[in-house]
Amino acid sequence: MPGSDVTATHCPYCALQCGMEIGPGVAITPRTDIPANASGALCQKGWTAGELLTNGERLTTPLLHGEPVAWDVALDYVADRLSAIRAEHGPDAVAVFGGGGLTNEKAYSLGKFARVALGTSQIDYNGRFCMSSAAAASIRAFGMDRGMPFPITDLAEADVVLLAGANVAETMPPFVRHVTGPRVIVIDPRRTQTAKLAWLHLQPAPGTDLALALGLLHLAVADDLVDEAYVGARTSGFEEVRTSLSAWWPERVERITGVPVHQMRQAVRAMAAVDKAYILTGRGAEQHAKGTDTVTAYINLALALGLPGRLGSGYGCVTGQGNGQGGREHGQKADQLPGYRKIDDPAARAHMAEVWGIAAEDIPGPGRSAYELLDALGTREGPRALLLFGSNPIISAPASEHVADRIAALDLLVTCDFVMSETAALADVVFPVTQWAEEGGTMTNLEGRVLLRQRAVAPPEGVRSDLDVISALAARLGHRFETEPVKVFDELRRASAGGPADYSGITYERITAETGVFWPCPTLDHPGTPRPFLDSFATPDGRARFVPVQHRPPAEEIDADYPLYLSTGRVLAHYQSGAQTRRIAPLVRAAPEPYVELHPDLAEQLDIGPGDVVRVSSRRGEAKAVARISDAIRRDTVFMPFHWEGANRLTNPALDPTSRMPEFKVSAVRVERDS
Amino acid sequence: MRLVVVGNGMAGSRLISEVRARDPHMKITVFGAETCRPYNRILLSNVLAGSSRPEQVRLVDPAWYEAHDVEAAFGSAVAWIDRETRHVVTEDGRREPYDLLVLATGSDAIVPPIPGVDRAIPFRTLEDCERIMAAAEHARGAVVVGGGLLGIEAARGLAGRGLPVTLLHLAGHLMERQLDSEAGVVLGETLAGLGVGIRTGVSASQVEEGGVRLDDGELVEADLVVLACGVRPVTKQAADAGLEVRRGVVVDDEMRTDDPSIFAIGECAEHDGTVYGLVAPAWEQAVVAAEVITGGKARYRGSRLVTRLKAKSVELAAMGETHLGEEHAEVVRFSHRARGTYRKLVIRDGRLVGAILLGESDAVGTLTQLFDRGGQVPGDRAGLLFPGLSSAPVTDSPTLMPDAATICRCNNVTKGQIRACWEAGARDVAGVAAATRATTGCGTCRDAVEGIVGWLCEQEGISV
Repeated sequence: MPGSDVTATHCPYCALQCGMEIGPGVAITPRTDIPANASGALCQKGWTAGELLTNGERLTTPLLHGEPVAWDVALDYVADRLSAIRAEHGPDAVAVFGGGGLTNEKAYSLGKFARVALGTSQIDYNGRFCMSSAAAASIRAFGMDRGMPFPITDLAEADVVLLAGANVAETMPPFVRHVTGPRVIVIDPRRTQTAKLAWLHLQPAPGTDLALALGLLHLAVADDLVDEAYVGARTSGFEEVRTSLSAWWPERVERITGVPVHQMRQAVRAMAAVDKAYILTGRGAEQHAKGTDTVTAYINLALALGLPGRLGSGYGCVTGQGNGQGGREHGQKADQLPGYRKIDDPAARAHMAEVWGIAAEDIPGPGRSAYELLDALGTREGPRALLLFGSNPIISAPASEHVADRIAALDLLVTCDFVMSETAALADVVFPVTQWAEEGGTMTNLEGRVLLRQRAVAPPEGVRSDLDVISALAARLGHRFETEPVKVFDELRRASAGGPADYSGITYERITAETGVFWPCPTLDHPGTPRPFLDSFATPDGRARFVPVQHRPPAEEIDADYPLYLSTGRVLAHYQSGAQTRRIAPLVRAAPEPYVELHPDLAEQLDIGPGDVVRVSSRRGEAKAVARISDAIRRDTVFMPFHWEGANRLTNPALDPTSRMPEFKVSAVRVERDS
Repeated sequence: MRLVVVGNGMAGSRLISEVRARDPHMKITVFGAETCRPYNRILLSNVLAGSSRPEQVRLVDPAWYEAHDVEAAFGSAVAWIDRETRHVVTEDGRREPYDLLVLATGSDAIVPPIPGVDRAIPFRTLEDCERIMAAAEHARGAVVVGGGLLGIEAARGLAGRGLPVTLLHLAGHLMERQLDSEAGVVLGETLAGLGVGIRTGVSASQVEEGGVRLDDGELVEADLVVLACGVRPVTKQAADAGLEVRRGVVVDDEMRTDDPSIFAIGECAEHDGTVYGLVAPAWEQAVVAAEVITGGKARYRGSRLVTRLKAKSVELAAMGETHLGEEHAEVVRFSHRARGTYRKLVIRDGRLVGAILLGESDAVGTLTQLFDRGGQVPGDRAGLLFPGLSSAPVTDSPTLMPDAATICRCNNVTKGQIRACWEAGARDVAGVAAATRATTGCGTCRDAVEGIVGWLCEQEGISV
C-alpha cells in the first residue's frame, strides 16, 4: 500500500498465489482481497515465508568455481565462455533451462534471450515436469490451455467436484476452503489428506487412472447419463469415442484398476445427477508417460456430462508451481513463443520477429523437451553449456543420478539462485539473485488471473535480479534487454498481443485496482476473461473436441525383481525441490526428513517397523529413507515425497509422446530394511 | 506380407488393430461370417437387459477400416483353407492368398439335440440378442435353459424387462464350474428375489409350444425359450485343412498352429490343453500373435481366469480354484445368506489361488489384483475380506487425544499447543488462531479446535 510500511504482494510458493501483506520486520498477514485466500487463509509455508528473506544461507556474491568474485568478472567470464562455445560448436551448444516459479517478465526475457541473444533452440523448463500433460490435453480438446478456465470461487457453488490425482489439502491447503460445500470425489492410489475429506474415494493402482476414466465414461454412456444436447451443440468427435469405449466395460476396468464397479457407478451417477459439477486433474493423473491421454479421458468424461464451458461447471487443471500458468505462456518452453504461440507457426514467428526486431528466419525452431535436454547435456550431439534459472534438476528431474552425470559432463554450468541449491553447488558460475518480495513482476495463478508481485524489501547488498543478469549477458553478446519489470511487461504485452494468452490490455495499475486480471485481455478497456469458454471453445469451429484414447500399462510394470509400485508426491511443509523450504526451521520441524510410506501388511511381510531405515531400489538407482507405516496406502504401492534427494533417483524418465512429461508417478521398486 | 484373418469378432478385430498399430503397411484382409461390424459380446447381456442399445456395443467405427487400410469382408464365411497354395476360399467363392493366416473363428452356441429345439433361441450373437428382445416384447413368460454365466445374465435381463423367468439348470447348483455349492445356492436366492425362478438338477427333454418339458414330464410354461447351454469351438476349417485339432485348434506359445504360417487365437484355440471362453485371454492372445506376426518376440503363458457376472443388482466375482476345501488349502469364508453375501478365499502357500465374492464388496478389486499377480496374502485375512475394517477412522474426541496429537495439519499445531494457548488466555477459536495459526490453512480443523477450547472452558467452569 503506497504511503504505508505494509506492502501487498503474494506468497512465493504454489499456484494458488495467496495474497499477503508484508509489514515491518517481514511480518506476514493474509490479504482478504484476493479470491484464492479471501477468507484470510494461509498454510504454514505462507506464514513462514518471511524467513526466506532473513535466512542466513543467502547467496550475496557471484561465485566463480566456488570463489567469490565481482559481478563484472563473473559476467565477463560467462559471456566469453558462451561465445567461445557457440563459436566452436554452434548456437545449439548453449542451453537454457527455466522454471515455473519465475515471474512472467523473467520467463519472457529468458525465452527472448535464448532465441535472440543466444540463437539457440535449446530452451525448456521445469514446468514440463508439472502441467505439460494437462496443457497438451486442454489444447487438444479446447484449443487453449488456461488451467482453470473459471474463477476458483465458482467451485464453491458446485454440487460435485471430482479431483483426479490432486491432493490439494497437502499441496495448497487454502484451496480446500473452496470445496467444502460440494460433494468431493477423490481419485488417488493413497487415502491422502484430501481423500480423507472426500465424500467418495476411488483408490486405483498407480498408472491406471486412464483405464478408470474410460470405465467412468463407459458407465456414463451405458447408463444413459450423457448430456446429448450439449454433446450435439458444443462438441465434435463423440461417435468415435463412444465406439472406443466398448472395449472398456467396468468389470474389465475393475480388474485393471482395482476400483470396484459399484464405486465407479456411484461416482458417475453423483456427477450426472447434479446441475453443477467440476472435474479437476492434478499431477497424480498427469505425471505419466500417458498423462496427456489420461487428462484427455477425463476431459472426454467432462464433455460427455456437459460440463466445460457451462456456468458453474467445467474441467480444470490444478496447476502446481507459483507461476506454472504464466511460465508456460511466454516462451521458455521449447516449442513456444510468447502469448502461448506455437514456434512452428509462420504467423507467430513473423509477429515475434517484428517485436524483437529480427528476421523471422533467425528465430530458432523447436528444441528438446526438458528431460531430453538434460539427457543430452555434454553428449556429442547435445549442449555443452547450460544456463539454469529457478530450477534444481538434481533433485527434481527423473533418474536424477543420470541427470547429475550429464550435468557433470558440461563444459559450463551457470545458475541463478538465491540459496546454494544442490544444482548450484555444481555450477561453474553462480549468480546471486533477488527473490519474491525483493522484486516486482507478475505471476499468473492457477485460474489464469494475472497478479502483481510487489517489492516489499530491499535485496541484500550484492544481489541482482535475474532480469539484470539476462540483460548484462545480452549486452555482452551485443543485445539490449530491458531490466525494469514494468518495461519488460510492456514488451511482453506487445509480444502476446493477438496470441491465445493475450496480455496486451493488462497493466500493473489495472492488476492493483482490480486485484488481478484474467487473460485473454486484448485491450485496455477489455474487462478480462474469467470464463473463456462460455460461448465457444478456442477451436477453429468453436466446438470442444472429443479425442479417443486407449489405456496402456505403465512404462515399467512390477515384476519379481521390482515387485512394488513407487509413487512420488508432496508434503505440506515443503515446496518442490525443497531448496527454499528445507532452510526454514518450522518447516523442517514439521517435515524433517525423507520417508517411505508403506502399508502395515507390506511392512509385516518385509519385517519393517515404523522408523526403520529402508532401502528402496529401482532399475535406475537406490535411495534410503525412514519407514512410515500407514494403511492409507495400497498394499502394492509405496510412496516417497520428492522434496529431498533420493526419490527421483528411482523415477522413470519414460516420456509422454505428446507432452514429453516423465513418468514420475509410477515406477517399479524393491524395498528392503537397511541392515 | 499379406495377412488374412478368418473371423472378425472380439479376437479377430483386436488382432487387426494390434497388428496395424505395430505395422502400418502390412496388407490385411479380414473375413467375418456375421454381416455386421465387430461388437463386444460381453455387453450383449446389457443389450438384452435393455440397459444398452445395440449400437452402443460396436467395437469399431465404420470409417476405421478405410482409415487404417484394412479390407473387411462382412457376411463372408471362409469355407476352406488351401494350405498348398496358401489361399482361403470363402463360401461365396472368393479366393484370397495369404502369407500369414490367423484363425479367430470363435465358437458356436451348443444347441441340445432335443425335439422342438428350433422353437428356442440360442443366446450367442447380436442377431440372437435382437431376436430374443423382439420375442420378449410379446412374451408372457420365459425359460432360460442353462445356469452358467450367460444363462444367468440372460435370465436376469429378461426378468428386468418384467417378464416372469424360469432358469433351468442341469447341475445341482448354478455356475457349478466357478462356484461351490453354497455360493450357488446363495446366488440362486438372490436371483429368486429379483424374479428369476431357479430349477436346478433338471433336464429339458423337449421344447413345446407351451414351454419346456422336463425329463420327469413336467411342463415349465413359457412362450420364449432361450438357450445358454455353453459353446463349442469352431474348428471345422482347421480340421479340414489337416491342422492339429483337439477340443480347439492346437497352438504353441506364439499362438502358432502346427503350420507355422497359420495362427489361431481366441475361443477356437487350444493352448496348453486349455480352451478359454473369456475375452481377457483372447485379447492377451491377440497381442502375442500381433507381436509375433510383426516380427517381435512374445510368448503366451496362459491366463488367470476371473469370472465377473454382469447382472443388475447381482454382484459376483469368482476366480481360480474355488472348489478347494480345507483339506487342500486354507479357506477363509464368510456367509450371510439373508443378505445375499458369501465370500470365500482359497489360499495356498501364502498365495490367493481362488476366491468367490457374492454381494457388493469393496474387496473385489484388491482381491482380483492379488489373484492376478500371485502376490503374497497379508497375515490379516479379515482385513482383506472386509476392507475398511482395520482402517475405520478412529473418531477420537479431541478431548481424549494426547497432547502430542496434531490438530491443525496445515500449520502443524498440536493439542498441547492449543492447551498452552488457552492457558495463556485464549478463550475462542480466533484467539487460538491468532496465537498458533491453527484453522488458518484448509480450515477443516475448526471444529476440533472449537471442541478443545470448549472442553477446556468447561473444565474451568467445573473447577471454579
